[in-house]
Amino acid sequence: MTQQEAIFEYILRMGDNSLILGHRLSEWCGHGPILEQDIALTNIALDLIGQSRNYLTAAGNVEGKGRSEDDLAFFRIERDFKNVLLVEQPNGDWGVTLARQFLFDHFHYLVLQDLRNSSHEELRDIAEKSIKEVTYHVRYSSDWMKRLGDGTEESHRRVQQGIDDLWRYTGEMFEMDEVDAMLVEAGIAPDLSLLKEKWHENVSAVLKEATIDVPEEQFMQTGGKKGIHTEHLGYLLAEMQHLPRTYPDAKW
Amino acid sequence: MDPEIPVLSVMDMGVVRDVIHSDEGWKVTITPTYSGCPAMQTIESDILECLNAKLDEPVTVETVLRPAWTTDWMTDEGKARLREYGIAPPEDPTVDKRALMGETDAIACPNCGSKNTQMVSEFGSTACKSLFKCNDCLEPFDYFKCLR
Repeated sequence: MTQQEAIFEYILRMGDNSLILGHRLSEWCGHGPILEQDIALTNIALDLIGQSRNYLTAAGNVEGKGRSEDDLAFFRIERDFKNVLLVEQPNGDWGVTLARQFLFDHFHYLVLQDLRNSSHEELRDIAEKSIKEVTYHVRYSSDWMKRLGDGTEESHRRVQQGIDDLWRYTGEMFEMDEVDAMLVEAGIAPDLSLLKEKWHENVSAVLKEATIDVPEEQFMQTGGKKGIHTEHLGYLLAEMQHLPRTYPDAKW
Repeated sequence: MDPEIPVLSVMDMGVVRDVIHSDEGWKVTITPTYSGCPAMQTIESDILECLNAKLDEPVTVETVLRPAWTTDWMTDEGKARLREYGIAPPEDPTVDKRALMGETDAIACPNCGSKNTQMVSEFGSTACKSLFKCNDCLEPFDYFKCLR
C-alpha cells in the first residue's frame, strides 16, 4: 500500500463515520420526542454531513480518479464503506440513539484534537473546523446521559440498555491497522490505541455521574474499517442511495 | 445578505475572506460558518449574481476551510443588528459556556433586556443558534452560539 492509498483510506474512514452517523440521525427528523430535540438531532446530523462532504471531497482529490463527494457517497457498495460498526447501528429508542452518540462523540473529539496537528494540510484544516462543532456534540450527548441516567426508572433502564448493547462496538474505534500505522509514522494521523485510555476515563466519569454502570471488558466486534459490516449497513445504503441510483443522470 | 438572517451581510459575518483582482478577473474567497451550513450555496450564487451584474470581468467564488470561521470575526455592528432583529448575539466564551450549561443570568433577552433567561435547547432553528426563553417577558429567542 502506498502512502497515498493509505491517506485515501483514512480520509474515507473519517468521512464515512460522519456520513453514516449523520444519516442515522436524520432518520429522526419529524419523529423526535419533542420539537427542540428533533431539531437538535438534525442540527448535529447537518454538522456531520457537512464534515463528511469536506472529507469525501478531499478523499476524491487524493484518490485522483475524478470521483466527487457525491460519487463516493452514493455509488459505493457496503464493502467499500469504511465507517466503524458503531455508527451504523439502528436508532432504537432515544436512549439507544443518545448512547450511540455519546460513545462516538467522545472518540470523535479526541481524534480531531490530534488531527489538528496532522502534517496533511487538508485533514488538518477539516479537523480544525470540525472540532468546534464536535465540542457542542460532546456536551449535548454527555448532558443527555446525565438526564436519562439520573432521570426516571424508565429513562435509566433504557439508556443503560443502550450503553450495554453498544459497548461491544467501542473497541473497534481504537484498533490500529497497517493504514493507521503508516500514517502515524508520517505524522498524519494519531495513534488510536493511545486514545483509548483517555476515552474510557472521560466516558466513565460522565456515566458515573449519570448513575449508569460502565460495562465490563468484553469481546469487541470489528470489521467496519475493512468494509466488513453488520447487516444494518445494507438497508441503510439502500435508503440513502436509492434516489441517485434510480436516477443517476438527475441534476438539481 | 445572509439568507437566514436578513439584517446581516456576509461581510458582517466574516464569511467573505478576500477579494482579489487579477488578469483573470475577480476572485472572492468565502469560508463556511458551520461545516454543514446549507446557506453557503445560496451565498455563493448571490455573490456571483450580484457581482456579475455590476462587473464586466469574470467572477469566481472559492470556498476555503482555513482559517476556520469563528464568531470572533463578526463585527460589532453586525452584533447590534442581530440584537435589534431579535437574536441574541454571541457572547465571549466564558459567558457562552455558562449560558449553555444552564446558568441563568448570562444571556440578555433581545426583546426586553432581562438577564433572567434560560436555555431550552443547545440547538435552535439553525445549526449556529441555540434556543432560549425569557422568564420575564416569556418570549422565546435564538442565541447565536459562540464558535471558537
